[in-house]
Formats: sequence, structure tokens, C-alpha cells
Amino acid sequence: MSKPNTKPDEAEAEKPVITRRLDQVFLDLNDVAQFVARFFREVFVPPYEGKEIIRQCYAVGYKSLGLISLTGFITGIVFTNQSRPSLAEFGATSWLPSLIAIALVRALAPLVTALIASGKVGSNIGAELGSMRVTEQIDAMEVSATNPYKFLVVTRVLATTLTIPVLTLYTMFVGLMGAFVNVTANEQTSFPSFIQEVFGAITYLDLFSSVIKSFFFGFTIGMVGSYKGYNSSKGTEGVGKAANASVVTSMFLVFIEELLALQIVSALRGG
Amino acid sequence: MEEKHKEIDRGNAVIQIKGLKKSFGDLHVLRGVDLDIFKGENLVVLGRSGTGKSVLIKIIAGLLKPDAGSVNVLGDDVASLKPKELDQLRLKIGFSFQNSALYDSMTVRENLEFPLVRNVRDLSRADIDAAVEEVLENVGLSQTINQMPSELSGGQRKRIGIARTLILKPEIMLYDEPTAGLDPITSIDINNLINEVQERNHTSSIIITHDLTCAKMTGDRVAMLLDGRFERQGTFDEVFNTDDERVKAFYDYNFIQ
Repeated sequence: MSKPNTKPDEAEAEKPVITRRLDQVFLDLNDVAQFVARFFREVFVPPYEGKEIIRQCYAVGYKSLGLISLTGFITGIVFTNQSRPSLAEFGATSWLPSLIAIALVRALAPLVTALIASGKVGSNIGAELGSMRVTEQIDAMEVSATNPYKFLVVTRVLATTLTIPVLTLYTMFVGLMGAFVNVTANEQTSFPSFIQEVFGAITYLDLFSSVIKSFFFGFTIGMVGSYKGYNSSKGTEGVGKAANASVVTSMFLVFIEELLALQIVSALRGG
Repeated sequence: MEEKHKEIDRGNAVIQIKGLKKSFGDLHVLRGVDLDIFKGENLVVLGRSGTGKSVLIKIIAGLLKPDAGSVNVLGDDVASLKPKELDQLRLKIGFSFQNSALYDSMTVRENLEFPLVRNVRDLSRADIDAAVEEVLENVGLSQTINQMPSELSGGQRKRIGIARTLILKPEIMLYDEPTAGLDPITSIDINNLINEVQERNHTSSIIITHDLTCAKMTGDRVAMLLDGRFERQGTFDEVFNTDDERVKAFYDYNFIQ
């Protein structure tokens, strides 16, 4: 029976919990879709915030370099060390450089870089924009006839999208250096033959697919951090939640994208 | 303390608000507000916390949408403006936020340049420097030009916040709790600054406050927001010359004799 006099709020309250939650999920998805679509609407339209993009690239790239160097190098050493016993069983330790190169270039370097960036850069973007929302700095930009989305979100998303692929290439390099240190200490392999083995194992498809994948990782990390921070609720609790949600959501999405990329690249390889 | 006296031309309204309503869920903050602000006038809006004073000026600046009613600013109906038209209107409105809202990753100079370089094209470096120095001098803080907001006191932050709005030479100023959190002496400095801005820049202003000293020093007219409407308007003395307990309680707490 219809209830023509029921107010919208009352009608909402009468819905089962599951329906209300589903409604909210779709409303949230719509919100996210609009936020992402706004990026593509605004990124090509002047004025361009070139100076701010460079500043953000510096913040994302240069300031993550220390952590990326350390984690990349250690990943190279540890992965080499852990792989040796399995290969030694077949007397195939000479394949270590090839194995490490494939693992690092195809999966480890993009993933390690994206996860480090999610933690360091994503949380930073979420907290910074969240704090700007709470202290009305975003409102201040809006009332001074400046587009805060363009200045804050477009610049950060561009910076992560452009910088994380470069950091991924750097992680590949330091990871391989870590692997070389371990290999040369145990197998006395020379640097030229290590490099020869590495480049003999990887293909252009490996390299390009990883770089392209990293563009998506970078875009995701910047977008998630910006969305969570830009829409953070009032109060300092909201800032903390924005930072935390930025890390958790972007890490989750990075793994989903990795899985999708794996399927696509496998199909391209013909199996 | 003397009440402020300034002749205001009541025939020229720069802001006209009619039947304005705004709710947040079940909380009805504005329940049909009618108000005119005249050219060159400082209007003080008084009211308890949570009565919708800040909501009112955020609607005027287009930061919030009203549920019903109209807000006409300098001849434009704010709710019906397209984004670019709203930006054009915002160039004529200065908004001083309660916590100053200075961009904390930028120096004072960068804070002041920010709206200028993005809204006024073809400015030379010398023009920008001159504009920044002029507004800083007007608020008496030239020495802070290279400091970060975190290095400034509360009063200095308020002044820089006001300077940042003045750099675009607005016709209307909206002050949200300009003396909140400041000591009495600094509050008097800010009140004097508000009056200086009115005299020097010929601005019309809305000053949101619950500080009666601020109201008496800066207001040409006072409007009191009670239960979502402006039930009392007039000069400071006219508003408080009443037996209404809600108004008297407000007056008594501020200990003004």
C-alpha cells in the first residue's frame, strides 16, 4: 500500500538496514566518480599550476627517495637470499640474477614503490588536505575566487602519477644493486655478467607494463589521498581518519590493480 | 565606551536577504531571515553559538546553499549564479575566517599573493610586491612578510587574514568572530582595524560576533539572531534596551556598563 504522506526521512528510516547501506554505497560511489571525473575536466583547462606541480613532484619524489632506496635495496638482498636454497637444490644458482630481475621488474619494484608511497605520500596528502578542510583553508581559497580542487587535487594527483613510475624505475635499480651485492658475495659473480644475465631475462613488455602499471598506482594513490582529505569531516578526528583511510584504501586498490595488470599482461604474453 | 555613530545611506542596500531558511537534518538554524545591509555600513550580527550566524555569511559567500529564500549581493542572486559568475562576485567580497584560515604551507607574502596572482592578470613583480607591502602596512605588520603563519600570534594571524582579503579591494567584508580567542587589548586593535578598513576602503561589512565590546565599537547597526530570525535590530542601545530575558542574559554576561 502506498503512503503518500510519508516524509522522505521517515520513508528512509523504514527501509531495511541492508537496503539503506546499499543505497549509501551507491551514493558514495557516485561521489567518488564525480570527484575523479572532475580531475579529467580540470586537468587540461588553464590556468595551469606549474610551480605547484613541481613542488608536489619534489615532495612526492625527492622526499621519498631515502625510504625507497633503503626498502628497494633490502628487498633485493632478502629476495636473493631467500631464493638461493630453492635454486641450489637444482644446482641452478647461476639463474639467480635472471630470477631476481624478472621478479623485481615485473612485480616487486612497482608493488614495493606503490606500497611505500601509499604509506608515506598517500597519508601525507590525506592528512594535509584534511587539515586544510578542517581549518577552513579550502573554504578560504574558494571565497577568494580560486579553484581549490585545481590547486590542491589536480597538482597532487599529477605529481603522484608522474613521479611514482620514475620511483619504480629507481626501485628496480637499487633492488638489482642489492641483489648484486648478495650474489657477488656468495657466487662471486662479476658486475658485467650480472648485468648481462639481468638484461637477458627481462623484455620490453616487462619494463613497459611495469611503468604503465605504476602510472595507475600513482594516480590511485594521489586520488585516494586527495578524496579522503578533501572530503574529510570536521575536527581533528576527521584528519586522522582521512590519513588512515588514504593508506588502507590506496593499498587495497593497488593490490586489485596489480591483479588486473597480471591478467592483462599474461594475456598479452599469450598465456 | 561610546557607541559608534556613522551616517548610513539607507536607500542603497548592497546585500538583501529575504525569507532565508537553512537546516542541517533536524536542526533548523535559519527560519526565515530577512535583512538588508546598506552601502558603507558595518552591521554586527549577534547571537548564541550554534544559532546560524556563520551559516548566514557562508550562504552570502556562496559556500553553502540555502534551503529557501533569496540572497542578493550587489545585484546578483547568489544561488542562481554559475560558478564563473560566482567567482566574479567573490572578488568583491572579503571573508575573514574565525581561525584566520591562513595557508600554513606558505609564507605571509605567499598567502597575500595567492588570491592576487590568480585573479588579476598581467601584474608585474613590482606591482605584486607593491600591493603586498601596501596591505601589510595597512594592517601594521610589514615586518612579518617572510614569516610562516605558525610563527605569528593569534592577533597577527587575524590581521594577515584580513590583509589577504583586502588585497583584492573588496566592496563587502564578512568577518566571522574577528575577536574570538584574542586578549582584550588585541581585540580592541582588531576592532579599530575593522573601523579603519570601513573608512579607508569604503566597505560594507557584516561582523559576526558574540563579543559585545566588538559590537559596540564596530557596529553602525546591530541585529540579534534569536530562534533562527532577526528579532531585534537597531543601534546597540536600541537592541539591548529591552526586558527580553534572552537579550538581557547576553548583555549581563559581557559585563558592559
